[in-house]
Amino acid sequence: MTSRRDFMKEAATGALVLGAKSSLGLPRGVNTHAEGKPKVVIARDPALHGSDGKLDAARVSALLDRAISTYTGQHKTVEAWKRIVLDGGAKDKVVGLKTNGLGGKGISTHAVLVLAIAERLQQAGVKPGNILIWDRNVRDLQACGLTINTDPSRVRCYGSDVAGFEDAEETWGSSHVRFSKILTRECAMVINLPILKDHSMSGVTFAMKNMYGVVQRPQDLHASGCNPGIADLNAFPVIRQKIKLTIGDAMTSVYEGGPGFRPEHLWQPNALIVGEDRVAIDQIAWSILEKKRAEMGLKTLEAAGRPPRYIATAANSTHALGVNDPQRIRLIEV
Amino acid sequence: MKKNYLMFVVVLILAIGAHGALIGCKKKGSSPFPGSGTLAGWEKSSETRTFEPKDLWQYIDGDSEQYIQAGVVSTSTSDYKYKGQLEAVVDVYTMSGPDGAETILERGQTKDAKTIAVGEEGLQYAQSITFRKGAHLVRIVAYQANVESAQALVALAHGVEANL
Repeated sequence: MTSRRDFMKEAATGALVLGAKSSLGLPRGVNTHAEGKPKVVIARDPALHGSDGKLDAARVSALLDRAISTYTGQHKTVEAWKRIVLDGGAKDKVVGLKTNGLGGKGISTHAVLVLAIAERLQQAGVKPGNILIWDRNVRDLQACGLTINTDPSRVRCYGSDVAGFEDAEETWGSSHVRFSKILTRECAMVINLPILKDHSMSGVTFAMKNMYGVVQRPQDLHASGCNPGIADLNAFPVIRQKIKLTIGDAMTSVYEGGPGFRPEHLWQPNALIVGEDRVAIDQIAWSILEKKRAEMGLKTLEAAGRPPRYIATAANSTHALGVNDPQRIRLIEV
Repeated sequence: MKKNYLMFVVVLILAIGAHGALIGCKKKGSSPFPGSGTLAGWEKSSETRTFEPKDLWQYIDGDSEQYIQAGVVSTSTSDYKYKGQLEAVVDVYTMSGPDGAETILERGQTKDAKTIAVGEEGLQYAQSITFRKGAHLVRIVAYQANVESAQALVALAHGVEANL
């Protein structure tokens, strides 16, 4: 929902007057990018986890609806999802949901969120077989709590270990990669579903780092704190063009010791973070992690020797992937 | 000639023995993972997977770098279940020497860790135990916590320790 203040701000920047559009095509006046100001929505529900510590599926669905309604400015979430699919160029085509199960059980994208998104997509008219939940391999998907399915009459779920990788190696900057055929051949658009974590090398792993799961040898991109590896990877045209929206899972997170499951450093931010600008999302995610680390008496990521420098690299003029200046990010918390 | 040959054999045997002691191998082919039924309530619920340093990223992504720098030689992992409910994973990192195991253990230590008498040095958190013995670093993590989990993890840790 756009507040009067937001409306005035956007009118002042000319976004409403010019009828500017985001990359998803959604009208900027009610949603994603005020001129030069990418929008990031953080939706929270403190009661997301029940007394047994498990996520409440109904509350997760409601939180997703609130996040998407706020982000798109569409009160009716089905209409919002129709626009997301249409503007993403995926009408009657395959919509991919890229999860992150690398951290193993306990710190992977939650199946309850993935399935809620798949349900909303179906309500918006996407055929079940045109929804493809995917990650690196079977193990990663199972870590999320998902079940493998290749039957095209139902929502599909399998990894790049099944689909394979392109033979041709592509180069951008210092990165040489071979992409998953799921990204290059199957999906018309992909919704990015990372999970917020501390990372022993890159500092933060979230929206941009999740793209490591779409190439064959991600280990080749880890040098120097994954910088410029993460930025280079996100700059490849196929990623720029197909990764349309990020719905970040910040319902559970690790603030130290990541990217693996560290129950001693587990925490429940109980939030979803939505946006199109992955640089802006990662900048916001970094601030969330730093705040928690400070609360816990831990060093900043800079002091710990692993500042997420890749975020600034992604924002520089060479990569031009998005905005990392907090003053130029329109953050809405609901 | 014969004397030299005997000397060579003795040196070779000593060298093999020293290497075995250094990396803490019990015997060739022995597994550190307790089998189902060997520890009360615990069941080994998956096959053991083993990763060489060059493939460790497939298991722990960027975390692999700190283990490689500390001299990891091999990593094995297996899932466990306690009384059919509590799920846990046991990771055994075999380093090139005890220093590597010590480095990793110290690096992961935080204020809320309690010391525990397992291996040569052990740390316990609410849902995990990490200990070192010789060149081995063992990490045991439970995915849930209940009233029994802390004690059950200690029993599992001792079971692994006995096999190292």
